[in-house]
Amino acid sequence: MDKPYGLLAELTYSCPLQCGYCSNPLQLDDYRDELSTEEWKRVFSEAADLGVLQLHLSGGEPLQRHDIVELVQHANQLGLYTNLITSGLGLSTRRAEQLRAAGLDHVQLSIQADDQALSDQIAVTSSFERKRVAAGLIKKLGWPLTLNVVLHRQNIDRIGGILDMAEAMEADRVELANTQYAGWAGPNQAELLPTRDQLEGAEAVVQAARERIGDRIDIIYVIPDYYSKYPKPCMDGWASRQFTVVPNGEALPCPAAHELARGLNLPPATVREHSLEWIWTESPLFQQYRGDAWMPDPCRSCDRKEIDFGGCRCQAFALTGDAARTDPVCHLSPDHGLVEAAVAAANDPQRPKDGPLIPRAKVGRTKRAVGATPGKTAGTPVQLSRTVLKGT
Amino acid sequence: MDITDPTARPRLAPHVRMVFNAARGEHALLSPETVWVINATGAAIVELCDSQRTIAEIGAELRGRYDQVADGDVQRFVADLVTKHGMEVDHG
Ligand code: SF4
Ligand code: SF4
Repeated sequence: MDKPYGLLAELTYSCPLQCGYCSNPLQLDDYRDELSTEEWKRVFSEAADLGVLQLHLSGGEPLQRHDIVELVQHANQLGLYTNLITSGLGLSTRRAEQLRAAGLDHVQLSIQADDQALSDQIAVTSSFERKRVAAGLIKKLGWPLTLNVVLHRQNIDRIGGILDMAEAMEADRVELANTQYAGWAGPNQAELLPTRDQLEGAEAVVQAARERIGDRIDIIYVIPDYYSKYPKPCMDGWASRQFTVVPNGEALPCPAAHELARGLNLPPATVREHSLEWIWTESPLFQQYRGDAWMPDPCRSCDRKEIDFGGCRCQAFALTGDAARTDPVCHLSPDHGLVEAAVAAANDPQRPKDGPLIPRAKVGRTKRAVGATPGKTAGTPVQLSRTVLKGT
Repeated sequence: MDITDPTARPRLAPHVRMVFNAARGEHALLSPETVWVINATGAAIVELCDSQRTIAEIGAELRGRYDQVADGDVQRFVADLVTKHGMEVDHG
């Protein structure tokens, strides 16, 4: 077993935005009892000892943590490469300067669209202008600028404009990644999955932009796996190269494994009770799908199992209820009909016109002192806010 | 211009940093999405990529230090990283 290279620290699920494609879990309230500053610092130290080189600070919105500068500084002193993944909200000039001084290596700014109205509508928050200001600030302070754009049915036709905006912002890298249907994107899947025509259009625009822009911007484009023959090599295999720690200290082999982990009824792998070393090397959750002994057919006898590891465990769980099945995205999977049906629905000419997304819920933060773990909500806390009812 | 031009002056891309990781006992180049594990010669090349020295000068300097540096090693290493956006070069 190799040592992990990367740690994704989801510091908080609090976020000023409410994107319908958000990969945060539906049961946001279960994660309000956040790790303290000292607990996160211990996690980073243990991660560095374990061989982790890269630390991604994410959320939610990581700038909602008042101790973000202190956390970055600690990670930097450990020699970790620190990458902040932010919506840009909360990145004041002062905050940015402090983060720069603390040694933050890189900032990834999420972008919803190139147009204010659409961007604010997708984020369900007035945020577009603040993102533009944040982009300018990131460049001004000398960080390289990476724009993260989650693509879906409602913004994929705007890639051309998004890339023009990236050029104007002097971005160094742009990641255009089609949505994975984890967390809030799950119930929104039908409104997020693009059509085949949209995808073909997008690929042509990306190709043309690459030729025009050349080396100035590194453009990364990730196609939706629902349209590919084989699944993605999710996480390079379960608990193989990287892992995630979520706001309340649970460790997960994949950033979308919240539900899956609970469904397995294994002893929890939480940093509040265990060392990262135990979690990585011994915890039943991390061992569960490591290697290929767990694989059923068709993966077991397939020569691609070394390439894609049978695909995404979380996707298998979300679509079939059994995380040990072949990723239904694979055309060889006995469950592939589920994906084909979603693709057919997305391309159905009779399909009703596009509707609004269910906005990700707001989550408050619980100070440790407030104590009690909030009671579990029954079912999915999807509130029909005015935004949903209003339509577009 | 060809990225393997001996007069090119390479440097790490602004988002890339080299570290030596004690837990692993190896050098690595880090960028937001990628970790490139490199050997000691690679690390020595990267240390000399300061946007002042040319590829030819870096090669000459390394040959003074190691026996094992073949002609073209530095070019290949730099070209590979430039293609992956891990390095940038100035020409002339
Ligand atoms: S996807 Fe949107 S709502 Fe979710 S954490 Fe990111 S910015 Fe916040
Ligand atoms: S059968 Fe399994 S291993 Fe083979 S391509 Fe499909 S997902 Fe990958």
